[in-house]
This record gives sequence, C-alpha cells and structure tokens, in this order.
Amino acid sequence: MAKNKTHIILNTQELSIGYRSKKRTSIIADTINLELTKGELIGLVGANGIGKSTLIRTLSNIQQPLAGNIDLNGKPLTNYAGLELAKTMSLVLTEQLMSKNLSVFELIALGRQPYTNWVGNLTKTDIAIINKAIAQTHLSELKDRKSFELSDGQLQKVMIARALAQDTDLIILDEPTTHLDMYHKAYILKLLQQLTKDTNKTILFSSHEIDLAIQLCDTMIVMTKDKVVADSPCKLISKGIFNTLFPEDLIGFDDETGRFRVKKS
Amino acid sequence: MSLAIILLLCFLMNISLGSVSIPLKSIFNSIIGTSDNESWQYIVQNYRLPKAFTAILVGSGLGISGLLMQTLFRNPLAGPFVLGISSGASLGVALVILGSGLFGATFSALLISKWSIVIAASLGSFLVLLAVLLVSSKVRDTMAILIIGLMFGSITAAVVSVLSYFSSAEQLQQYIFWGFGSLGNLSWNELFIFFGIYCIGILLTIISIKALNTFLLGENYAKSLGLNIKQSRLIIILATSLLAGTITAFAGPIAFIGLAIPHITRQIFNTSNHKILLPAVALLGAVIMLICDSIAQLPTSDYTLPINAITSLIGAPVVVWLLVRQRKMVF
Repeated sequence: MAKNKTHIILNTQELSIGYRSKKRTSIIADTINLELTKGELIGLVGANGIGKSTLIRTLSNIQQPLAGNIDLNGKPLTNYAGLELAKTMSLVLTEQLMSKNLSVFELIALGRQPYTNWVGNLTKTDIAIINKAIAQTHLSELKDRKSFELSDGQLQKVMIARALAQDTDLIILDEPTTHLDMYHKAYILKLLQQLTKDTNKTILFSSHEIDLAIQLCDTMIVMTKDKVVADSPCKLISKGIFNTLFPEDLIGFDDETGRFRVKKS
Repeated sequence: MSLAIILLLCFLMNISLGSVSIPLKSIFNSIIGTSDNESWQYIVQNYRLPKAFTAILVGSGLGISGLLMQTLFRNPLAGPFVLGISSGASLGVALVILGSGLFGATFSALLISKWSIVIAASLGSFLVLLAVLLVSSKVRDTMAILIIGLMFGSITAAVVSVLSYFSSAEQLQQYIFWGFGSLGNLSWNELFIFFGIYCIGILLTIISIKALNTFLLGENYAKSLGLNIKQSRLIIILATSLLAGTITAFAGPIAFIGLAIPHITRQIFNTSNHKILLPAVALLGAVIMLICDSIAQLPTSDYTLPINAITSLIGAPVVVWLLVRQRKMVF
C-alpha cells in the first residue's frame, strides 16, 4: 500500500530527545525519523530506561526536543497555539488525577474544554460527542459513578474516553496498561485497536506488552540503545529486531510464537 | 437555593441580636428608616447593618480564596493564607503598632489610627505577595510556590517576634487585639471600598471557573487541553490575594474559615465541580460567618468575644464531625 503524503498525521525528522540543563546536555536518543499514518494503531516498545517516556513526552509537547523537527498534520509542533494543539492531539498520561471526586461523565466532559465557552458550558453537540465516547468505551453503566469508586482498568477506560471526547486526530497514551491484570491489558489494547478502526484516529501508545502489541498493532516503534526502528510487526520480526531489545543473557525472542522465552541455562 | 434562604435568615438573626435588645419589628423599621426610636435606628443602621454586611463579605471571600488555593495547589491543607498574605499583613501592622515606639510618643499617636493599620496591612500583604509572585514566575512547579509562600510566612513571623520582644506591654496588647479579628469597626464608606475590591476578586474568580475545573486533572492534562497555565495561575493567585488581602486589612487575620468552608461544602454537596462549588462556598461561608458573629457578640451582654476564636471553636468540630460521619474525605 503506497502511503499518501496527506495521510501522515505526525512525522519527525532527525529528532533528538533528552534533557538539557545549564551544565550539560544528555541525549537519550537521536536520529529518530518516524511517520505515523492516519487510522493506525502504533505501539512503542523498549526496555526500561531506554527513553520511551521521554519520546512520548517530547511528541506530546510536554518536553522540548533537543534537535530536529516534529510535524503534526504537516505543521511544526512549535507553531501550534495551545488551543489549536488541544484540538489536534489528546493525551492519556500516567500521572494520578488530582481530584477523584468527579463523576465519570464530568471527567469525560472535561475533554470538551478546548471547544466550550469561557465558563465551560456544554452544548448539545458536546453532550452528543461525550455520550458517543462513553458508548465507544463501554462505560454507559458507570456514567454516574465517582472516579474514586472505579477500578484501575475502569479508570483507564474513562481516561481514554476523555481523550476521545477531545476529538483529535491523534491520541497519545503513556503506558496505558500498567497496573492492569492480563485480561485488562489485552482489553485496553484491543479497545484501542477497535477505536482506530471505528474512528479513523491515529493512536500511539507506549507499553511493555510486546507480545500483545505484536498481535494488535499496525506499526511498532522499537527503541533500542543504538536506534529507533518503526515498521509493521511482521517485518520487525523477520528483521530480528526484537532480539536486540534486551540483553541476551536471560530471555530471547521466539520468531515462531512471537513471544519472549526464558532461556534454558 | 435553600442556602440563600438560610443566609437571609442568618442575616436577620445577626442584625436582631446585640448588646441592646431591639424587637424584630423595630429592626425592620430601623432598616427602612421609619423607626420612632432614634437610638435604635442609629444602632441598626450604623453599627449592625455594616457589621452584618462585613461578615458576609468576609465569610464568602475567605471561603472562595480557600477553595482557589486548595484547587490550585492540589492540597487539602491549603488556605487563603498559604501565600504569606496574612503574615505580610501582620508584619505591616506589627511595624506600625510595635515599631511606632521608635518614632516617639507624639508621632505614634498619629500613626496608630485605623486607616494606618488598614494601609499597613494591605501594603504588607501586597508586598509579600509580590515577592512570592516574582519568585514563582521563575519556578515551574506549583508545589514550589506553596513552599515559598510558607517560607515568606516564617520570615515575617520571625520579624514580628523580634519586634514584639522590644515592645511595651500596651503596644503588644494592641497588636494582639488586632490579631483577634473584628468585623464591627467598618463605616459605610470603608465598606464600599471593601466591597469594590471584593467584587474585582470575585470577577477574577468567575473567569477562572473553567481553568479551575481543568486543574482538577493535573497540570500536564490541563496543558494538553489548551489551558494557558501561567496566565490562569496568575489570575487565581491575584484573585486570592485581593480577597484575602482586603479582608485581612479590614477585619484582621481571621483564621480557619478559609480552610474549613471548602471542605464543609465539598462534604455536603459531594462534588468537585467549581460551577457548583463556588457559589455554594460563598453562601456557606457567609452563613457560617454570620452565625459565628452572632455567637461572638454574646447576645444581650456587653461583652464581645474575639471572632477569631469563635470561628475555630465552631468550625473545627464541624469539620471533624463531617469527616467522621462520611468516613472519607472528599477532595
């Protein structure tokens, strides 16, 4: 399938990420060239401390890149005004909510903030979009619950619904599957896959669930010490990329099953 | 809605109670100026009415500024004075009252008029706040601003204790009396100035409602929703300082209301939505302040208890009771 230029939501050129302080600059990863296409589910994997979060934070404009460009819908990320960006990209972060005393509906409704008037009143259109987000994430029964009554898995769904209500081309999720059990990990990622199909939005998430990501993602971004590679899971397997993901002393990637196995010593 | 009716009732109760007992009917007549008893009319119009209005402004203003700070700092222990507003005012007043000994006796009599205390308190809180704002514009983290405010508070408290050490007993007494807080010393003219600044503070609060709700998600989410964090933070801090600063200047450092009212409101209304919380906090703050003031006057006696003590005596058990009853803090 030939990639049409207009269908690229986000791309980076020679992006270099890391932290800059007065004394020194620490580069975490560089020469990152990515292209995220419309309607795709993209999984970002890599070992602990390799810089997944830094990359997510940089792409979502929480942190500034050290060098290189990020273009969102063909326009440099730095040229976006706050509200304009809020209408193009929404986030699901790992940070705890400050107040858990909001109802599920209220919380999801906050996703409409970029569109509402100065006092934040919801119009009929807003409410319709919120209800659609609630239906797409199967939250109808929990609509009036308070957030502190929810389990981790339910809360994660609510945060995804909130991002959906923000109605953006791109949704970025930072480790949406942490603290969840095996079933809910699969459930959340499957839900994300379904959402890319239903809404044609582009969804990028970082995760440690490599085997699940291989099964569900259209594209995967693999971060290793030397480079950042993006391709379809099948091609990545045939290139043997997953074997370079971790130190080889303990676990190895099995091409047949698409899983990691503990090596027999 | 029912809160508004309660407020009206409390208002009537407040103006009908006092050291001189006046029948309810005469109170109404005195308000509209048709009373045949001139001294009653004078008491109601020039003493009780302004005091009741002051109580409403103080209660609602402190409640709102407490709510603003608790939301902004994501901290249930925050109150209107966390930014060093009250300690700044205390320092200003301490300098005027305690420091006046340094200028000689004749000059000090001139210095310790009521307006000089109001101006000193406003200037003090304004200057401390300005310092906090200047430092905070360099800091990204909201928590750091909270700690900076507390540090400024400690510094001013230290200066006040040094000043007290070198002061005479009379000066100390006067300073302590200011610290008790008082609602009853405002003339209509002063009340108008108070009201004017109060309105600006409320206006700034109202335009921040959307931002306050966004802050409930945390700062990174707020930013991703297109909120201009620095600007909203500045407006919220400015609103708080206007409200809490003028209240302290005119009525003294009244403790507890600012911290407790938002908690009581959240427990009763069980919501974090500021569109509901803000008016509720304002009404409840006014109601509780009126009740506290009615108790403080010790009806039909000549004594008046310090309002600052009453607010804590009444407020603290209420908060404890609510928390125990609900077994869970709603924040």
